Parts: sequence; structure tokens; C-alpha cells
Amino acid sequence: MKLFSTIGAYLLMMKGMFTKPENFKMYWKELMHQSVEIGMGSLWIVTVISIFMGAVSAIQTAYQLTNPIIQKETIAQIVRDTVILEFAPTLVCIVLAGVVGSKIAGELGNMRVSEQIDALEIMGINTKSYLVAPKILGALITIPLLVILAMALGIYGGRLAGSLGGILPAVTYDRGLLMNFVPKNVWFALVKAYTFAFIISSVSCFYGYNVKGGALEIGRASTTAVITSCILILFADYILAFFLL
Amino acid sequence: MIEIKNVSKSFGNKEILKGINAVMETGKTNLIIGTSGSGKTVLQKCMVGLFEVDNGDIIFDGKNLTTMHEEERKELRQQIGMLFQGSALFDSMTVEQNVKFPLDMFTKWNHQKKIERVNDVLARVELEGTNKKFPAEISGGMKKRVGIARAIVLNPKYLFCDEPNSGLDPQTSMVIDKLIHEITVENNITAIINTHDMNSVMEIGENIIYLYQGEKEWEGTNKEIIFNKNQKLNEFIFASQFLRDAKDMRMLEEKGIIDNDRNMDEIMREGGANLVIGDEDKKE
Repeated sequence: MKLFSTIGAYLLMMKGMFTKPENFKMYWKELMHQSVEIGMGSLWIVTVISIFMGAVSAIQTAYQLTNPIIQKETIAQIVRDTVILEFAPTLVCIVLAGVVGSKIAGELGNMRVSEQIDALEIMGINTKSYLVAPKILGALITIPLLVILAMALGIYGGRLAGSLGGILPAVTYDRGLLMNFVPKNVWFALVKAYTFAFIISSVSCFYGYNVKGGALEIGRASTTAVITSCILILFADYILAFFLL
Repeated sequence: MIEIKNVSKSFGNKEILKGINAVMETGKTNLIIGTSGSGKTVLQKCMVGLFEVDNGDIIFDGKNLTTMHEEERKELRQQIGMLFQGSALFDSMTVEQNVKFPLDMFTKWNHQKKIERVNDVLARVELEGTNKKFPAEISGGMKKRVGIARAIVLNPKYLFCDEPNSGLDPQTSMVIDKLIHEITVENNITAIINTHDMNSVMEIGENIIYLYQGEKEWEGTNKEIIFNKNQKLNEFIFASQFLRDAKDMRMLEEKGIIDNDRNMDEIMREGGANLVIGDEDKKE
């Protein structure tokens, strides 16, 4: 029963976002603010993770492909497809669920506990559309961009590890990247990125917005938001892969 | 004027408000007093629409809040200012941005006009020159004053204050009380203040409602409260020996037994009120 009431409350929160803004300029300002917070705030961690995941992926693929019949370009192909299909959208979004999700839940939870949300309500502002909607839209704008960046940096990380470690020359790697490239994979990765961005932001907003209690509950809400987001991301990943590939 | 008619509110099986009836008068400081858990905050949150009432009506100058549509409520709320117990200032904004926020959201004024209005209200609460400070950089009393400035910046018709003196020293509390009272009279606002601070009650209690376990137990003014005959209210307001002594003193002053111009130190040196009051006086 609790699961159904939670889902109901989540849906009501989403429905509550769709009202006419009191002042469009202020909403736009908040959207830009949230986009910068979510996008720029996660840029460095996404950069580091992407380069290393590409690099490690190249080294481990090379370690397993020891048969001399298999050409070296295959390593680049495997790194490319793994990064585009799984590592960039899923792994990066799981990390973002921790970074962005806990930040959103913590911020809204603190606003709820310190009565800042009540203060906005008393002013006559729809807090669901002013506080929640810009966070979700900001995540939908920036997270797919971060995933695209992660794809590029992951592939570059593989190239770097390949050439620096003497696994395969950069020219061979580049040639491998262009072999049997399926553009649909990028489209699929972006569908995943948008889906995961929505899950991360909306779930974190839900748990943060509905915090009751004090500092301890804010921490609990952040943890619950991250765990729920991660589980839903993995579940959605499976569903999307099953139906779209 | 705000009329509260037969308002009830429960959370689960627990009945918090039990058929409250009251009138909050315009141009006066209306105090809701009572012990912690008596329902003061719940009543105030029902009045501003943060909680839905189970039964009853809350009427703002003829407009019934309980039957209003969301859009009508939003319009009404723009006429309401509220000072929260913890001030509820936006942490990420400066004092100026906090006070300017309602103007940004609800007016089409140019930047210069907004800043002038912000400076006016900050001057009114004696906080000139704090524009660029963040809430974390100012004291509790200053935060309350910023909260008042933000609450009055749109010239509201109704001002709600939830325990404005909590966590403040007596001197700062008196400054806040005085400020709320002055603003109420100057702007002819209907002010509703939740408190359990007896200094506030005596200083600014022009219309006092005493809640006891969710019911209205007594109603009157600060002139009447001292000599009220309600046992529960007396247990609340004369909780300390000091206040009981002060009441005895006041009774003796009223009767002309002691000179009300005498220095308190002088009276206390003579043994305090208990020595002066005879048993017969106490019985009265």
C-alpha cells in the first residue's frame, strides 16, 4: 500500500508542476541557474570518470583479445560500442544520481525543514513549478550533454591508453572507430540519457520536497533518493535495451 | 479582519483544533497564546492555507479561504506577509535579494524602483547597510527583522508572525514586538502573532486568544489578562514565582497600598511582595 501511495504522491507532484508561471522571467532565471548547477557542477567528475573508463576498457579488451587472428582495430570498436551503449549513459548517470540526486534532495529537504518552501507558498508561488520544474528541465538539458561529452572523452581515453601503453597505435585506433559504426547506438544512448535524467531529477525532487523532520531526515531523504534513482536507472536500462535494441 | 468560524483540524486520530471561533481585528496586534502543542501553529497554518481545515470557515474581509479556488488563494496570499519562527530566509540570497524576491516575482517595477523599496523597508526595520550580507552572516534578531522586511515589502493587508521572539534575548524581543506593533498600526494591517512570551503579551497584546489543548479557553486584552479568573490561563501566565510576585505587586498598586513610583529594588529590599501582602489581600 505504501508503494502505491508513494507513486500517487509522486504523480501528484508532477501534475502540480504544470501551472502558469507567476513571472516567466524568474522561472527562466531559475532554470538557467539549475542548468549551470547541474551541468557545470558535475563536469569535472564526468570528465575524470569518462577518460578512465575508456582507458580501462581499452586495456582490458586488449588483455582478453590475445588471438593474433583478431585485428587490433577490434579493440577500438569494442571500446566505442561499450562506451556509447553502456558506459557513457548508464555509468555516468549512476554517478550523477549520487552527485546531482543527493544535491537536489538535500537542497529541497533543507528548504522544506527551514520553512523556505512554506514561505514561498505563502507568497502565492506554486513551489512545485518554481522549485521542481526548473530542476527537472535543467537535468533534461544538461545530463544528455554530459553523456555526449562522456562518449567523446571515453573514446578518447581508450585512444590515449592504447597509444601510451603501446597496445595499438592511434592511427589503428582511429581506423577501428570508423569500422562498422551503427549511428542508431548514439540515438539509443541519448534516449537512455533523457530517461535517466528524468529519473534522477524527479525522484530526487520528490524525496527532497516531501521531507518531514530535521537534519537527520534530510540525510535519509538524500540516501533514499540516490538508491531509488540507481535502482530505477538499472531497471529502465534493461527495459530500454530489451525494447529498443 | 479575519473571522475564524468553528475551525477543526485533526492529524490522523489526533484532534489538534476543536471548533475554534475568533475574530482577528484590523489595525491591532492579535495574539494567539498557549503552551507548546496547544495548536497555535496549526491554527495559523490553517489561516494561511498551508493546512486544510476539516471543518469550519476562515474569512478574510468577507472572502472565505476554505471555499476558494487555487487561483483565488494565490491572489489572497499576495496580500499576506508571514514571519516564520526560524525566519525562513533563502540561504543562497543576500539580505537585499531576500527582500527584493517578492517584488521580482509579483511586480513589473524597474530595478531602481525595487531597490528603493527594498532600502525603504530595510530602513524601517533599522537594517540599513546590510544589503549585501548573507543570512549566515547576520544575528538571529537581524534575521527576524529581514523576515519582517520581506513580509511587508508588498504592503500586505495581513501579517502573520509565528513565535517572532523564539531564540531571542528579552531586549531584542522587545525591539521586534515594538516593530511589529508599529508596522501594524502605521499600515492598518491585521497582525496575527503566535507566542508564549509573556513580555509580548503584556507589551502588544491588544486582542489575545488563549488556546488550551486545541480549544479556545479565553479571549481578552493585555489589560484584562492580569486579573482574569481562568485557572488554566493563570497557570500558563503565572508559571514562575517572579510573575506571581509581579502580579501581587500590581494588585497592591491598583489598591494604592504601595506607591507605584517606588523603586523595585527598594521594595525587594524590604522583603518583596510577600511581606507587604497580608493573607486577606492574597485571598482576594
